[in-house]
Amino acid sequence: MRYSGLKVITEGLLGNKGWTPAWRDPAPKAEYDVVIIGGGGHGLSTAYYLAKNHGITNVAVLEKGYLGSGNIGRNTTIVRANYFLPGNSEFYSHSMKLWEGLEADLNYNVMHSQRGLINLFHSDGQRDAFVRRGNAMINQGDDAILLDRDGVREHLPYLDFDNTRFPIYGGLLHPRGGSARHDAVAWGYARGADKRGVDLIQNCEVTGIDIDGGVVRGVQTTRGAIRAKKVGIVVAGRSSQVAAMAGMRLPIESHVLQAFVTEGLKPVINHVISFGMGHFYISQSDKGGLVFGGDLDFYASYAARGNLPMVEHVMEAGMTLMPMIGRAKVLRSWGGIMDMSPDGSPIIDKTHVDGLFIDCGWNYGGFKAVPASGWCMAHLMATGESHEVAAKFRLDRFATGHLLDEEGTGSQHNLH
Amino acid sequence: MRLTCPLCGDRDRREFYYYGAEDYLHRPVEGAPVADWDNYLHLRDNPAGVTKDLWYHEAGCSQWLLVTRNTVTHEISAVELVAERKA
Repeated sequence: MRYSGLKVITEGLLGNKGWTPAWRDPAPKAEYDVVIIGGGGHGLSTAYYLAKNHGITNVAVLEKGYLGSGNIGRNTTIVRANYFLPGNSEFYSHSMKLWEGLEADLNYNVMHSQRGLINLFHSDGQRDAFVRRGNAMINQGDDAILLDRDGVREHLPYLDFDNTRFPIYGGLLHPRGGSARHDAVAWGYARGADKRGVDLIQNCEVTGIDIDGGVVRGVQTTRGAIRAKKVGIVVAGRSSQVAAMAGMRLPIESHVLQAFVTEGLKPVINHVISFGMGHFYISQSDKGGLVFGGDLDFYASYAARGNLPMVEHVMEAGMTLMPMIGRAKVLRSWGGIMDMSPDGSPIIDKTHVDGLFIDCGWNYGGFKAVPASGWCMAHLMATGESHEVAAKFRLDRFATGHLLDEEGTGSQHNLH
Repeated sequence: MRLTCPLCGDRDRREFYYYGAEDYLHRPVEGAPVADWDNYLHLRDNPAGVTKDLWYHEAGCSQWLLVTRNTVTHEISAVELVAERKA
């Protein structure tokens, strides 16, 4: 079924009786050409682009819970392409272009809103770094505008500009940055993949990976064995566990990252604002809630909830930046499990097992990467070669020294 | 979350700095192969369950601690002094 405004109107007039499920609920077949482990944003987009770009439709996506039950529904929905390093820059630029055509491509409203992202700076040195970053973005073909203090004030008059610890010197505006409806991204890709023949199999946990003579043969699951010619591991917060089934030890340490949303308010914050010095960023959802978050809790954790010290820190940072939000009531907080890599950049690569591929290490930047990650993982699995914009996301780069340390913070997993 | 420091007693998590997994205690010797350094610096078991990791009692006795804890429940089952462990 094709969705359209006309369809909404006619269904409304006819009692909404004509809507059908957005995807099937098939039982697993005994064999597939490709099995994707993980039905989150990255896994679903991988399946979608395998079908759409490469014509590979005998594909199953295996999800241990329900589709989109992991980090795709537990993030702060920011979409941006403001990376600096060659290797990252072209990848996120590619992702941004896919975002801009995503709704038309999927025939699904993912509520992508290019409302502009502003990164604030608070010293001369930080300004220089942002000028350099902005030039890198422009060189990549994306957009960046350096705002001075008055320029920021025009956009964000409600900030505390005279804060004595972090006075606002200006900001780097990325007009094409913004946000999107996170769940809808998973649903849109799921629907698109299903329509092209991909089997989306829920409540199907992978318990083992069958390897014979260095070649992948399939997977063991709670719904029986499934043979496959190729298998992709796309499981974000559980990457280390699933990779261990294939005898791999990953350069990943899992950490919890918290986020918060307030009660719905009238429109007040029109941009995505990031206050790096306070580890705080905020936007307002279309429903009206202020969505904001901070930094990791900093210790390895698989608990999808955080601890109170970081809650306090985030609230303090928010009050420091924009005292006006002090009376908003926080409705909910939650934590997502981040697969942190030692350089803060992701991995899309082959493994030591023939036919087994892995897409992981998204740290806390996975949401904006969903389209390009699936695009490049599908390219790798279909052709056996890395896509040109993801060619540096190698699994062995830590051993070879080809790190992509965007923040320049060293090889400690929790410092990115 | 609270940690019970063997020297200072039951203290708030904020007094401690988290460094990383126990692997950091096993520094390769000079001239060790690259794979050993990769193991030491980057590769991790990263269990969902009981793990051992290193914490520094920054706002207390300045001791390095080896903490045995559960990464799913945040339950802490043992805290040892790294200094004593090596001795």
